[in-house]
Amino acid sequence: MATRTEFKNPLIRWVDDRLPVFTYLDHEYNQFPMPKNLNYWWNFGALASVVLVLMIVTGIVLAMQYTAHVDLAFESVDRIRRDVNYGWLLQYIHMNGASMFFIVVFIHLFRGMYYGSYKAPRELLWMLGVVIVLLMMGTSFMGYVLPWGQMSFWGATVITNLFSAIPWVGDAIVTWLWGGFSVDNPTLNRFFALHYLLPFVLFAVVGLHVVAVHVTGSNNPTGIDVQAPRDTVSFHPYFTAKDSVGLVAFLMFFAAVVFFAPNLFGEPDNYIKANPLQTPAHIVPEWYFLPFYAILRAVPHKLLGVIAMFASIAVLFVLPWLDRSKVRSANYRPIHNGLFWIFLADCLFLGYIGANPAEGWFVWGGRIGTIWYFAHFLVLVPLVSMFERPRPLPASISEPVLKEKR
Amino acid sequence: MADEVQASDADGEESSRRDFLYLATLAAGAGLGGAFVWPLIDSMNPAADVLALSSIEVDIGSIVAGQGITVKWRGKPVFIRHRTAGEIQQARADDAAELPDRQADADRVERPEWLILVGVCTHLGCIPLGQKTGDPKGEFGGWFCPCHGSHYDTSGRIRKGPAPENLAVPHYTFLADGIVRIG
Ligand code: HEM
Ligand code: FES
Repeated sequence: MATRTEFKNPLIRWVDDRLPVFTYLDHEYNQFPMPKNLNYWWNFGALASVVLVLMIVTGIVLAMQYTAHVDLAFESVDRIRRDVNYGWLLQYIHMNGASMFFIVVFIHLFRGMYYGSYKAPRELLWMLGVVIVLLMMGTSFMGYVLPWGQMSFWGATVITNLFSAIPWVGDAIVTWLWGGFSVDNPTLNRFFALHYLLPFVLFAVVGLHVVAVHVTGSNNPTGIDVQAPRDTVSFHPYFTAKDSVGLVAFLMFFAAVVFFAPNLFGEPDNYIKANPLQTPAHIVPEWYFLPFYAILRAVPHKLLGVIAMFASIAVLFVLPWLDRSKVRSANYRPIHNGLFWIFLADCLFLGYIGANPAEGWFVWGGRIGTIWYFAHFLVLVPLVSMFERPRPLPASISEPVLKEKR
Repeated sequence: MADEVQASDADGEESSRRDFLYLATLAAGAGLGGAFVWPLIDSMNPAADVLALSSIEVDIGSIVAGQGITVKWRGKPVFIRHRTAGEIQQARADDAAELPDRQADADRVERPEWLILVGVCTHLGCIPLGQKTGDPKGEFGGWFCPCHGSHYDTSGRIRKGPAPENLAVPHYTFLADGIVRIG
């Protein structure tokens, strides 16, 4: 922010001289140079920001009507859907918004993987992204407990019990998490308090994430650095417009789910009030946890299974150092490119396994998927990055664009 | 690309077309934003179950003259007073007195012996005293608000003190003998 923008409006100038917020906005969202070859996969960060805001706003008004008590929570959510003005709409936006958030962020994450956006100088940006995923998981898990349906209760029981795998202190930790000897009223109350808190923590981390992306600038489909001003266009109007087009398309999809298939991502059992004396016959987590759930079940040992599950996310933190290739974009890395698609298929496959009962071929299917998941990061990516011969890179971002035109 | 932009900038027709698109986009965005914000705001208005509680039925058969009861309606106290002949007379006589919020006693009751009022002081919302036998009833024999000293008469009209208006009369109907529906 070395140079300040000169504003014509005296009031804006007065404020800006004392607190340069307008200069900041002008630099970062108006003049900010963006690679001119970005495709629509670069929309998803902006989409995720919009969903985050939607979740916070709908969440705050829902919290005004919600009662965090085991005897009243289920009914209070029912009342929101039936009696509160537009409560059905707000509840469905919030409920499906969580799924939308994960869809958008997973695409955003795979975009980063494909185009090598995690590599220098964007390692911290990437790691903040992984922190964001973890925070999102915690937030949505606790949010799912709040309506106090059968899946809420038994999901909370199973997930909190994961910590009992920790040697020696495990049981003490679980009792501490519960504030009692089972998931009960104290658990519900603290989950509500934390579910209200974490989105704001998330907001702060997203803030850092966005500051970081504005330090390095965006990566781009060729993965090569911006060399000259002719490789870039200003953020406004080019990317405000492009982001808006993507946003409208995304909101249409979101609205279609909310209005026509609001229970698409849900479990019917969660419309049954929690019963601590009876577990539903088939309990599954929300779809966005399924691959991790499959990894948990693939390991036939309690503690190691839990470790594998957490490791499956933790390994993302070190991805920037596992991939040694200097070439970022998979467009120029034929073998890595293939690996990427197999890995994506493996994640979907694990999700499918996670949705099914752990019996028959699902058991060894899950094991193969899990082994591939870790082998991808720990063996294949490092090896390929050392031995693969990348295709020749274009001399500049502008070069392929100009060639195409000819 | 670069030449095209320049060409359209030079051409007045094109740039007014762009201004139109720009404004139309902003307007659509504002419309969408409004359509989203309204449900957020409206969700804070009374919900259907709250509105459903908006009328109550009270059995007043056992209230003898000179007695009153307080019932809760929409979260607020409602005073139901069986006035004595003396109180009714006083209230009618006071029609001619100096009234900050002039209203005849006949306009404040449906049946002279039953005075039904929202028991909320029109100053800042405290509940005036005078319902219980030992309570101070103020200088005019009705109610006295302890918060800032408002005096109400036997028709619930403000006579003295900071309150600007008479105690409100809710909408009510007498159903069968001895039952009144409020709201
Ligand atoms: C709450 C969720 C998230 C929000 C709101 C968010 C927001 C953003 C925004 C606005 C951008 C710039 C626009 C773009 O490139 O799409 C961005 C870039 C980026 N994000 Fe995220 N992000 C989120 C989660 C994640 C996650 C989970 C990861 C990966 C673990 C991640 C990794 C990245 C990377 C590497 C970039 C730079 C991409 C590039 O320039 O190629 N983000 N993020
Ligand atoms: S509130 Fe009754 S006198 Fe002020």
